[in-house]
Amino acid sequence: MLMENKGGPPLSDQLVDLQKAGIQRSGRWLVRGVDLSIGRGEILTLIGPNGAGKSTTAKLVTGVLRPDEGSVTRRPDIRIGYVPQKLSIDWTMPLTVRRLMRLTDGHSDADLLAALEATGIRHLADAEVRHLSGGEFQRALLARAIARKPDLLVLDEPVQGVDFAGETALYDLIRQIRDTTGCGILLISHDLHMVMAATDTVICLNGHVCCRGTPDSVSRSEDYQRLFGVNARAVARYSHQHDHTHLPDGRVLHGDGSITDHCHPEDGHHHHGEDHGPDHPQGEHGHHHDHDHAHGHGHGHHAEGGAGSGSGSGKTSHHA
Amino acid sequence: MLDDFFLRALIAGVGVALTAGPLGCFVVWRRMAYFGDTMAHSALLGVALSLLFQLNLLVSVFAVAVAVSLLLLLLQRRQALSSDALLGILSHSTLAIGLVIVAFMSWVRIDLMAFLFGDILAVTTGDIALIFGGGLLVLSVVAWLWRPLVASTVSEEIAEAEGLKPERARLVFMLLMALVIAIAMKIVGIMLITALLIIPAATARRFSASPERMAVLASLIGVAAVVGGLFGSLHYDTPSGPSIVVAALLLFIVSLLPLRRAGTDSATRGMRP
Repeated sequence: MLMENKGGPPLSDQLVDLQKAGIQRSGRWLVRGVDLSIGRGEILTLIGPNGAGKSTTAKLVTGVLRPDEGSVTRRPDIRIGYVPQKLSIDWTMPLTVRRLMRLTDGHSDADLLAALEATGIRHLADAEVRHLSGGEFQRALLARAIARKPDLLVLDEPVQGVDFAGETALYDLIRQIRDTTGCGILLISHDLHMVMAATDTVICLNGHVCCRGTPDSVSRSEDYQRLFGVNARAVARYSHQHDHTHLPDGRVLHGDGSITDHCHPEDGHHHHGEDHGPDHPQGEHGHHHDHDHAHGHGHGHHAEGGAGSGSGSGKTSHHA
Repeated sequence: MLDDFFLRALIAGVGVALTAGPLGCFVVWRRMAYFGDTMAHSALLGVALSLLFQLNLLVSVFAVAVAVSLLLLLLQRRQALSSDALLGILSHSTLAIGLVIVAFMSWVRIDLMAFLFGDILAVTTGDIALIFGGGLLVLSVVAWLWRPLVASTVSEEIAEAEGLKPERARLVFMLLMALVIAIAMKIVGIMLITALLIIPAATARRFSASPERMAVLASLIGVAAVVGGLFGSLHYDTPSGPSIVVAALLLFIVSLLPLRRAGTDSATRGMRP
């Protein structure tokens, strides 16, 4: 493994560097020719469809997998905090959140509770891990990784199963961790718009690096749009225009933070096409919608909301 | 009424149970019951080879158990057969080869039942020294590697990424298993060693809020099972291994009963060992 610095950040600031890295399994390349480096204070996001090799690349970065070709160079004595994509614990092991937090480190109680506080589950410190919901479990895993005060955080879909408002808050938290600690972050997501505001560089992966750049340039690139299809393009086009969000339980979160059971007819654009009566209790919201634009199909909602919040346009604020 | 041989068996059994507790927890957490069984069954091959080549019994059993688990790791890498099938093949073929070799050696008379199911009459003072020496070694290594062992049981990937070397933990765990099997063989017998690993750990689960507590409790429950079983064995003249396992099973069944029944005060609970 050779250390070379090719015009990236100064060597001392570089945490990990992949050069033409590839992983082969039974004759098939899972990923190949991946060049990437992450420096201190940098957030790098990997996006790509299922089977694109995102998690494999993350495992190359963390050292869980060793490259079959190319090289992976980590700064010596680097401290990594890792949230894997999947984790199955045999429930015959009694494990509280507090014990999970100390899985690889003996943190002090104060550090441990501060990390749980940051991810919003301090009240669950003594709960058994097996009784957590999917979203709470993800928060616990994220808290565990940040409590380590790592140099490099590797987060493989860290917000899976987290409710929508929480998702935005956690992405804010991730950015905030970078801002305050200066650690480097490798983030994996399949929703570019969700992470737009929280990322510096995006690498679009599909077995190889398709394209890379700032979030804006990637979302406009043809490679990205080809990979994610028409829906992605539609979402990208009106990514800044929404002021309300459809929550998973069917309620609607408005730009001013209020939640109602339905959209209002005078609300901005939405896909339900339901006929709401004019007698909704809260009628007036600020609307900035262009009602003429083309719609993506139904399940574009989630992504659109994310785009709205991720854009940082100031119109939308989904969390107090 | 406590004969010397019985006292020796009791002391030896307690040593084995204390050692088996934490290791048994890992066997349960890592779902390695069948793996443990395979290593244990291979011990008979170790016994046969020790007789054939006049080797030290303990060393021979340990070496064969390690060899079998290495062979298993090697075969698993090829991924031609499932681990389950591989374990089945290794488990029974090592046992069978051991039996065949023993049968060929017409010049040696061995008490096969004693090896398979344990024999309290066979415990010598030297055995006790080995059990406590080996047990102390096993427990110290487990304590030393506790964090990596638990972490890699929860997630190999996190342990690897965060520098805890799960590969090393797994290898050490395997060696410890082989050692425990070698020292436990005389008391519980080859066929039932895994039971002494698994049943106390499973019994401890219900009363444990942390992995650490479960490991300690498993040891204590194991001790209770050994003491109960050996007294039963003495009293009813039954083989020691099965008696210990039956005692462990009884404790497990008691642990399944509801802790607090409505209308039952605390005085009537906890009467049974």
